[in-house]
Amino acid sequence: MANVAANHSSHDHDHGHDGHHDLEALRTMGFWIFIITDCIIFGTLFATYAVLMNNTAGGPTGAELFEMPGVIAETFILLTSSFTSGLAVLSMNRGDKKGLIGWLIVTALLGASFITLEVTEFLKMIDEGAKISTSAFLSAFYTLVGTHGIHVSIGLIWMVALMLQVAKRGITPVTKRKIGNISLYSHFLDVRCIFRFTIVYMMGVR
Amino acid sequence: MKYKGWFLRAAAFLPLALMTFLLSGCADVVVLDPKGEIGKHQLDLIYITTGLCLIIIVPVLILTFWIAWKYRAKSKKKEAYQPEWDHSTKLETIWWGIPILIILLIAIVTVQYSYKLEPSKAIASDNKPITIQVVALDWKWLFLYPEQGIATVNYVQFPEKVPVQFQLTADAPMNSFWIPQLGGQIYTMSGMAMKLHLIADEPGDYFGTGANFSGEYFGKMTFNAKATSQADFDKWVQDVKQSYPAMSQDGYNELAQPETSLVRSFSAFPNGLFDNIVNKYVVDGSGHHHGGGEAAPLKDSAAASGQAANGEPDMSGMDMSDTDVSGAAHQH
Amino acid sequence: MKITKLSDFFVTGDPLIYGADVAIGLTMVAIVVALTAFKRWGWLWREWLTTVDHKRIGIMYVIASLLMLFRGGVDALLMRTQLALPDSMEFLKPDHYNDIFTTHGVIMILFMAMPLMFGLFNLTVPLQIGARDVAFPLLNSLSFWLFFMGAMLFNVSFVIGGSPEAGWLAYPPLSEKMFSPGVGQDFYIWGIQISGIGSLMTGINFIVTILKMRAPGMKLMKMPMFTWSVLSSCLTIILAFPILTVTLALLFIDRYFGAHFFTLDMGGNPMMYINLIWMWGHPEVYIVVLPAFGIFSEIVATFSKKRLFGYGSMVFALMSISIFSFFTWAHHFFTMGSGANVNAFFAVTTMIIAIPTGVKVFNWLFTMYKGKITFELPMLWTMAFIPCFVVGGMTGVMLSVAPADFQFHNSYFLIAHFHQVLIGGVVFGYFAGLYYWWPKVFGFKLNDKLGKWAFWLWNIGFYVCFMPQYVLGLMGMTRRVSSYSWDTGWWSWNFVSTIGGFLMGIGFLFQVWQILHSIKFMERVKGDPWGGRTLEWSIPSPAPFYNFAITPKVEGRDDWWRRKELAAKGVQDPPPKYEPIHMPKNSGTPIVMSLFWFILGFGFVFDWLWLIVPGAIGIAATMLYHSFNYDTDYYVTVDEIKKTEAKAGRVV
Repeated sequence: MANVAANHSSHDHDHGHDGHHDLEALRTMGFWIFIITDCIIFGTLFATYAVLMNNTAGGPTGAELFEMPGVIAETFILLTSSFTSGLAVLSMNRGDKKGLIGWLIVTALLGASFITLEVTEFLKMIDEGAKISTSAFLSAFYTLVGTHGIHVSIGLIWMVALMLQVAKRGITPVTKRKIGNISLYSHFLDVRCIFRFTIVYMMGVR
Repeated sequence: MKYKGWFLRAAAFLPLALMTFLLSGCADVVVLDPKGEIGKHQLDLIYITTGLCLIIIVPVLILTFWIAWKYRAKSKKKEAYQPEWDHSTKLETIWWGIPILIILLIAIVTVQYSYKLEPSKAIASDNKPITIQVVALDWKWLFLYPEQGIATVNYVQFPEKVPVQFQLTADAPMNSFWIPQLGGQIYTMSGMAMKLHLIADEPGDYFGTGANFSGEYFGKMTFNAKATSQADFDKWVQDVKQSYPAMSQDGYNELAQPETSLVRSFSAFPNGLFDNIVNKYVVDGSGHHHGGGEAAPLKDSAAASGQAANGEPDMSGMDMSDTDVSGAAHQH
Repeated sequence: MKITKLSDFFVTGDPLIYGADVAIGLTMVAIVVALTAFKRWGWLWREWLTTVDHKRIGIMYVIASLLMLFRGGVDALLMRTQLALPDSMEFLKPDHYNDIFTTHGVIMILFMAMPLMFGLFNLTVPLQIGARDVAFPLLNSLSFWLFFMGAMLFNVSFVIGGSPEAGWLAYPPLSEKMFSPGVGQDFYIWGIQISGIGSLMTGINFIVTILKMRAPGMKLMKMPMFTWSVLSSCLTIILAFPILTVTLALLFIDRYFGAHFFTLDMGGNPMMYINLIWMWGHPEVYIVVLPAFGIFSEIVATFSKKRLFGYGSMVFALMSISIFSFFTWAHHFFTMGSGANVNAFFAVTTMIIAIPTGVKVFNWLFTMYKGKITFELPMLWTMAFIPCFVVGGMTGVMLSVAPADFQFHNSYFLIAHFHQVLIGGVVFGYFAGLYYWWPKVFGFKLNDKLGKWAFWLWNIGFYVCFMPQYVLGLMGMTRRVSSYSWDTGWWSWNFVSTIGGFLMGIGFLFQVWQILHSIKFMERVKGDPWGGRTLEWSIPSPAPFYNFAITPKVEGRDDWWRRKELAAKGVQDPPPKYEPIHMPKNSGTPIVMSLFWFILGFGFVFDWLWLIVPGAIGIAATMLYHSFNYDTDYYVTVDEIKKTEAKAGRVV
């Protein structure tokens, strides 16, 4: 269905056939609902973390483990990437394909450096003996922060795939919708990143 | 339609057969035949709520059959047919109103009884309560009598008309401790000391069972709860003390292995065994165990036991609240 | 898991299982031989396995769920047989009994009720709202295949590795590695997880379909009641299922990585699992029962030849039930010692749900009032539902009274209650729906006489089976016991209950016979065999693949009824003016991706990296393939529409 909207120059033509709905609007709505379910997933993980955060079972506590400079850097990088993905959408709306791809590359690089920092942080903690099996607190920590990291990684792969599609097909209703969705996805990851910063790290070192 | 007669006969036979069963086995319907104050209150509550429900259920059932019969298309009589009639504010107000009213009544009764029958609440009585500690094991029940210093497996004995304070935990997957004729159940969970207060109004052998699935031989976790006169109880305690071996810590470890067990008795058990079981998984400095500090072994249990005072486990970092009413565990 | 010998991999040692092995093997060989002999592989692939047509996906859901009903039913009868033999008579060993009640519960809720419900969504919703398909046809196909692969993964545990045996909700610590070291629990986690992702996507799909794809003129308050019930059910799905996903993932992380979410040691909290699983589990029962309410609403109006009474109340009731379902979860563990405040709160929220539910019953009754009621099979099941559900609802209110629940909890009283609402409400409802929409889907009716036999066997069997269980509960019999002694006095009641169970089993066989018989002596029907009221009855049966040749213009509730009345008055529809129809292309992506999910799940169950890695790569690759594929749709020409309509008996 997708290429109809893309290839038929008259979007209204398609509109006429399918009655009153617009396919791309439909998909955007579906994506919004997906975002809601994803928020519930994170909400549940945050809740489990809140329940278990003091159950360190004799293992290291957050105050002993967390190194705030690195965490602040991570948070700052991801917030910047949200801003750059916004710039990408602005370029797209101007019809500026080069600008769009350029800002997407910047966003992806920022995301990749976030992941690198996070993985380094994890490896260091594990090296210090703070494993997922050490205590309930660490189980909850790794699962929550790790799920966020996996989300960012999936977003990265997706973003590269979209860059290739935009490069090949240009800015069409379909690619527009896809870029809009990934931008939405990354904004919500940033919202969670702020929660991650305040609930996990700030409360952890307290 | 020749099968209709067969159906009718079957349909008539079955309720009759059921009635026969019901009448013959009435004494076995333990929930409806309580022998203790708590169970009696719970039965009152069951009757009250059933009655309130029936106020609405019976007319609905009658209405269902009456309407289905009266407005059947095959009816010989020409009944009113109003295909467009689909709304009546008056009628709809009535049938929103009536259920709201009934539920309101049930809710009020429920809330009152929730506080009255809170299992951790002590039972008012002239007699001094007795404490019995219960450990759910795979797949057996261990009963410790801190005041008497004895222990039993798969049967429990206590004097009649004396409030029994059960302190419960598990050294195995979660179970639930239930003596239907004395009153409702409570979960037994590792790392937690739950409280359940029951009382037997008359001597008797009461059926007790585990009610929450805990693994392979869960079905074997039934026990006899025996209420006797105070004198018989004291005699029984002396008897156990004289004629049965003591349980050592090793003996307990062996008992805790996942197996079924016969009825057993022990003249003594290791000091602080119950508290040790509750605190088994608590690592020093782990903060709250099990999410809310409910794991606190009850201070008065140690005090009341008079013999388990030494060897108290390390309970640093644990919430020591031991109020009777607030419940052994609250949710996070 | 380290596999050192074959018996570590295959379940051995039980004649029952060897029998099942042989039966499964023979069936598979027979299917392969038949497909090859009749040269049907290509047909199967093109027409069914890769279809994105909601009607075909619906049919596949129904077939799969009926197979699962068979397996879950056999489980039930095995349990009932064991319970009819007290004391030392061992038909099933305790561990085998534990396997079977676990799989019975999981299969009946997640692999029977859910897919049957999704099947009815698929068969009906697009037709009821005048749409050509669901919002995301390819996602719809993916949902089905994920459910299917999840169900297969779960069922494989019967012959490979061993079944789960920690109960249908797998409470830790029992379900943790410490007490359940076998792979059964991992099959449970991955089977449910994979199909759960499918359920979540179906929820999203139907919300968008209903909110965005209704025919012009169909305002929300003009939607058929079944569509409303699907909307409320799907809203509940998208809010509840993510919690299940997380909960199972955490249990998996505990078992696989040695984490401590729900373990006894190192600060884990098993009570948190019980809270989380019921935060999904309680809404889940409303997820399956709400569509049944919708089905009854359609059927009562159709067979009373009367408008549905109290439409506004009905919508309000559906929505309030779906909201309140999220505030009652703790009533599943009043006996956890949460204190009087918590118990009183959850007791009251639970009772409140009885109010809208009761109102719905009154509305159904007054839909029948002053109607002209005919009792064909769908209506019969509806008539059986009302008293059954009303009594089940009453015992539900009794259970919600927290201090009284201390005496009911985990006993057979509870078992009887939830079977009464789940069979009386959900199963009767879905059967009614299947009988109702069967002619629409297949173009022929199901035999009435055999259907009545099945109906009476099911109903009598139901009461014979479950009424004694209320008594058993009051006698102190707890759920999940595999044996009991003579002196409990439970035997006679159990024996009667077992007879009832088998009566229902015979009822099911009658339904199978009914379907086969009706296929053989096919009674063809036109588009509208029941005198229907909603849009699905305005098109031929079975519906053409594009559903509506012309998108209908809706002017009122029960729009098809309105149009029939106009036609009776001599108002003619204007001659149709066809336009090309935009349709999605079939795709193999969903089934291939789901296969990779199966591989991934199987790999995790046995901890075989050589399966996990290709599974994960395969999932990513199919996803990317789909993202880069822009050739997903086509147009149906006016000529083809005219031909199809003519073939379906419509004047062009």
